Amino acid sequence: MSGHGDFQPQNKYLQWFERRLPVLGLMHSSFVAYPTPRNLNYWWTFGGILTVMLMVQIVSGVVLVMHFTPTAAGAFDSVEHIMRDVNYGWLLRYIHANGGSMFFLAVYIHIFRGLYYGSYKEPREVLWILGVILFLLMMATAFMGYVLPWGQMSFWAATVITNLFSAIPLVGQSIVTWLWGGYAVDEPTLMRFFSLHYLLPFVIFGVVLLHVWALHVVGQNNPTGIDVKSDKDTVPFTPYATAKDNFALICFFILFAWFVFYIPNYLGHPDNYIPANPLQTPPHIVPEWYFLPFYAILRAIPSKLGGVVAMFASIAVLVFVPWLDTSKVRSARYRPLYKQFFWILLLTCIGLGYLGSKPPEGIYVISARILTAYYFLHFLVILPLLGFIENPKPLPASISESVLKKTKGGAPAAAGAVRSPDRNG
Amino acid sequence: MRKLTIALALLAVIAAAPAIAAEAGPRPERQSWSFAGPFGLYDRAQLQRGFQVYREVCAQCHALKYIAFRHLAQPGGPGFSEAQARVIAAEYQISDGPDDTGDMFQRAGRLSDRFPPPAPNEQALRARFGGALPPELSIITKARGYEVGLPGGLLDFFRQYQEHGVDYLYALLTGYENPPADVKLPATLFWNKYFPGHQTAMRKPLTDGLVEYSDGSPQTVAQYSRDVAAFLAWTAEPHLEARKRIGFQVMIFLVVFAGLLYFTKKKVWSDAHA
Repeated sequence: MSGHGDFQPQNKYLQWFERRLPVLGLMHSSFVAYPTPRNLNYWWTFGGILTVMLMVQIVSGVVLVMHFTPTAAGAFDSVEHIMRDVNYGWLLRYIHANGGSMFFLAVYIHIFRGLYYGSYKEPREVLWILGVILFLLMMATAFMGYVLPWGQMSFWAATVITNLFSAIPLVGQSIVTWLWGGYAVDEPTLMRFFSLHYLLPFVIFGVVLLHVWALHVVGQNNPTGIDVKSDKDTVPFTPYATAKDNFALICFFILFAWFVFYIPNYLGHPDNYIPANPLQTPPHIVPEWYFLPFYAILRAIPSKLGGVVAMFASIAVLVFVPWLDTSKVRSARYRPLYKQFFWILLLTCIGLGYLGSKPPEGIYVISARILTAYYFLHFLVILPLLGFIENPKPLPASISESVLKKTKGGAPAAAGAVRSPDRNG
Repeated sequence: MRKLTIALALLAVIAAAPAIAAEAGPRPERQSWSFAGPFGLYDRAQLQRGFQVYREVCAQCHALKYIAFRHLAQPGGPGFSEAQARVIAAEYQISDGPDDTGDMFQRAGRLSDRFPPPAPNEQALRARFGGALPPELSIITKARGYEVGLPGGLLDFFRQYQEHGVDYLYALLTGYENPPADVKLPATLFWNKYFPGHQTAMRKPLTDGLVEYSDGSPQTVAQYSRDVAAFLAWTAEPHLEARKRIGFQVMIFLVVFAGLLYFTKKKVWSDAHA
């Protein structure tokens, strides 16, 4: 957003370097001087948390790979080897396995924050779409990672999910054979999933850079959803946002550590501690918790192709949200009707998650159908209509006005004085 | 008002769950395990007794392939000394080789050896049990469990309870009964209250007085079952004690650090809205 031409390091060697590659200036303008809206709440800390979680997953994953054997005969044993005989291998593996869940928890909060405060609206459409791409990449990475320990759930999840592609007319079966590298899920499948599971996080990293870049071009949204109008509306990223992000990150780590050190298998399925057996199907094949809502949508549709289309559509619809939402007002804070529907949507997604964990029979299927229908109804009908029928509350004149009114904190005249003068440097 | 509606809706979802989910067989009863909870530790004497039960009873049919003799002397385990583990290892014959002439040979076990399997391969083992395969036991307590339903499952998060597999194992070992009158069992199957489908190919493995304890513990099926379940909890999770110890240190660090960061944040922001 802001240039970095006038940043000058103190050290003369760094000055020499900066004249040739102004990377310090770039860091300074992106993470120090970068103006952030002064009214950001803790829901805005999850972007930073996600970046850290990506790092945690990459670092722990790279070390795990040093001890992992990506073969059908060796994968399960090598995971047990890591758990027992590698120094702190249990810690690495539990961090990586639970880190995936924490990553998804953070991304779901991040997405719903975006939906609540209208962060996808003009001019942030590209930023939002990059986010949807990141979400898809995360799902692919997590799915392939879950296959690697080669337990029963790994094997059968791989079988169920890859078989989805067989629903494609004419070429479906050929695609599935191509994905498997054979006529069943077997070692070639495991090895290509391993390769891609190592590759995709770096692709995610690249798209994260674009996501952050797009964010820094258009600036952050904020709880009021109104644009930054003057310097009074912002504070410099450092120390303000960094202090807040750090505190939130460590609180998030407390939850993470709770899982890793005390209930590391809470989110897993016991069947994945049984080595993969192609001859024995587990009684209930269930994915990891973060895929359950999509699994419920998949199974809600009576036709296989229809289920697959609905499942992918449930993610694809997010791409169009910036245009499906016709309201001029961004934040749900000033949209009394949208606010209600937002919470209904959240409950719908939680409900779908619950139904995804249940066998597809009786009341579960019927409920899943109703909730799936509502999920699409929300995006395709309610969201476009609300813009026309809703009567938004009056917006505050500016971000600073909304903050100062809330804290009742004395003279607005003093507000400008707190920020460093080189903020726009 | 809105928040109340949401809370009520969530409660309804949670409360409805167990009513719908209660279709499986009887749920194993929770036992009090010394290694449960945030400060749980293995009971060394119990692990040693459980090892004795495994060795004298279970090992006839069940492998323990991820456990080496050296693990018995590892910190946080049954607490054998290295010398004791060496003696235990030497009591086993291990197939090694090929030697310089290309032949396989038998030798006494060493610390680095793993527990030898009850049969040379899966087919040989299956042949002994009419096609049924006794599962490998070193991670069995993590590979079994039971459905808790929603409120209970959520509570387990706060109680840090994840000993479901150990509960199941204890229930299974003590759950042999006579089949209901209307069920005719083939001679190779046995009725167990807790086994999924109730018909297991494992005959009742334990009887009172079967294993002779030297520490005066009761020689009953219940005691044997509890001890061997605890032993197999350790084989599944050999670093549990280190994990919980380090976890406590990490928690203290994180909580203090979060506190400091909170006050830092407060200080930084104190003048922001002035």
